[in-house]
Amino acid sequence: MKPIVEVKNLSVEYTRGDQKVRAVAGVDLEVSAGEILGLVGESGCGKSTLGKAIVGILQGAEGEVNFDGQQVSKIGRGQRDAHYRNLQMIFQDPYGSLNPRRKIGDQIADGPRISGVSKADALEKAESLLERVGLPRNAVERYPHQFSGGQRQRIAIARALAISPKVIIADEPISALDTSSQAAVANLLVNLVEEFQMGLIFISHDLSIVRRISDRVAVMYLGKIVETGKTEEIWNSPAHPYTKALMSAITHADGKAFIPLDLPGDVPNPAYPPSGCRFHPRCPLAQAECGSSEPVHVSLSDGRKVSCILQQAGSAPKALTF
Amino acid sequence: MTLLSVRDLTVTLMTGSGPADAVRNLSFDIERGQILGIAGESGSGKTMTALSIMGLLPYKGKASGSINFDGEELVGFKPKDFRRVRGKDVAMIFQDPMTSLHPMLTIETQLTEHLRHHRKVSRAEARARALELLDTVKIPDPETALKAHPSQFSGGMRQRIAIAMALACQPKLLIADEPTTALDVTVQAGILKLLDELRKSQNLSVIVITHDLGVLSALTDRLMIMYAGAEVESGPTSQVLTRPRHPYTQGLIDALPDSEAHGKRLIAIEGMPPELGKFPSGCAFHTRCSFARNECKSGTPNKVDIDGTRRIFCTVDPFDTPAGVNR
Repeated sequence: MKPIVEVKNLSVEYTRGDQKVRAVAGVDLEVSAGEILGLVGESGCGKSTLGKAIVGILQGAEGEVNFDGQQVSKIGRGQRDAHYRNLQMIFQDPYGSLNPRRKIGDQIADGPRISGVSKADALEKAESLLERVGLPRNAVERYPHQFSGGQRQRIAIARALAISPKVIIADEPISALDTSSQAAVANLLVNLVEEFQMGLIFISHDLSIVRRISDRVAVMYLGKIVETGKTEEIWNSPAHPYTKALMSAITHADGKAFIPLDLPGDVPNPAYPPSGCRFHPRCPLAQAECGSSEPVHVSLSDGRKVSCILQQAGSAPKALTF
Repeated sequence: MTLLSVRDLTVTLMTGSGPADAVRNLSFDIERGQILGIAGESGSGKTMTALSIMGLLPYKGKASGSINFDGEELVGFKPKDFRRVRGKDVAMIFQDPMTSLHPMLTIETQLTEHLRHHRKVSRAEARARALELLDTVKIPDPETALKAHPSQFSGGMRQRIAIAMALACQPKLLIADEPTTALDVTVQAGILKLLDELRKSQNLSVIVITHDLGVLSALTDRLMIMYAGAEVESGPTSQVLTRPRHPYTQGLIDALPDSEAHGKRLIAIEGMPPELGKFPSGCAFHTRCSFARNECKSGTPNKVDIDGTRRIFCTVDPFDTPAGVNR
């Protein structure tokens, strides 16, 4: 199946003073209709920047993003081509992403209204969408402060759904929610992807939820994708030491009093990325050449792609131990 | 030896619609060198419990019952009395180390301030102690760190500095409110390891407050689960997590993404936690509980003691089977 979003060699730069910081440095990524892609990495690795560049909130410095056959351009002051309305984003903080002074119904109706739907029809649509995300229809008349965090995130999802998008980018959509709301909102997203055959890019630092709902995973470190592949394959045999380190750091509520492995050091400043493999200063398996030559992104025999000299193109993933 | 003994603690807060109990009849103990975990969703009263021990309840907030800390009764303490204890015998760290550290002051100023206040030591002595503390929490190059400001450190390093501050006067009790929630998993593991080492090396008692059952599993000896301001279940951590007896505890564990269930769907608890001032009557969880019966709607839920080390507050006690939970 042809992917609906294709990211090719995308780089995004910020200017900090007179310095250029490359937050995303040459990323390739694909999502197909009906697929959930989990994008994971530590804070500061550029995963939110990548999400924003895919919808066009940020402009790429290099490379391109294709959505449903057309290249995505930056969102400007003018109205965008209607085509791109099918590409929607949901943010982490539902307190910040809804307008506190406008009624829920009006905020959800904005999308259809811009597409030329009458006000009455748009409000009717808003009501049915609220019902679909598990809220009462009369919520259209209420304001964001009258809802809890989990409910607000449902409202934000209803708003993104209002113009029947083909792809949703969800940036940490459940991180700010309580345990029981997390499960419910994650289930809602999974149901919607199946029902509407949307593509979903689920950005999260929580590997256990990504493992559960994603079909494929992309692991990002300091602006680069270090490993992508099917979720279960990556989970069963991580091929990049960073993937393994991230997985080893997860705590489990199994009552075994096990303190997980920590990864020494922090994500380096993207303004001064380490030479060679960007992960080598923190990598427990680093070798001498990791500091000088950048690893090639190779495809393994099971179809996943990884950037690490320990793995050989065309072979099965080599087991990592540390 | 028991360090902290809380009995029938009720915390009443002033809300827009009058006074409301945020914590209801809570009783628990902490031994020296023990780590107690308090789990619950937002609004369950876990932070208010901590703040009542610190004497930091919000304006017009009032604690009643008894908080016996190392022989002293803290309920009824005046602000002046709390100033003597707070930071010295009881210290607290918060979720967001960016807001709990002062952005404009150097680490040295912040690390030595309460040492100078509580211990009346000289500037040089305080500085030497600060260097020692930074070394304890594994901040590289403590000399340089003392001159730096919080913004020059990453989130994990800031949390380590906040822990160093809390440890400065060698407190007997450390309260950690969501200490790793704002941190990456890779950094979280390091903080958990540090807290565990401190407990062992300094015989420190710790209360860890979080909704993250994985963190509590890694670190705590005992666990108390709170719902709507009251305890629903408590006991040794491994037993509570592997054989939960209260339906709410079971619900929290089932909702975890790494639970046993297959497929993409998670098992959510229906409904939402109640808001302050709108706690349901009877067992507050009855509105969301699939085992609820008529008698759950009024009165107080039965206290069930299990093996002398555990208890639940549940009139139905649906998982009371020889094999534990059996569904």
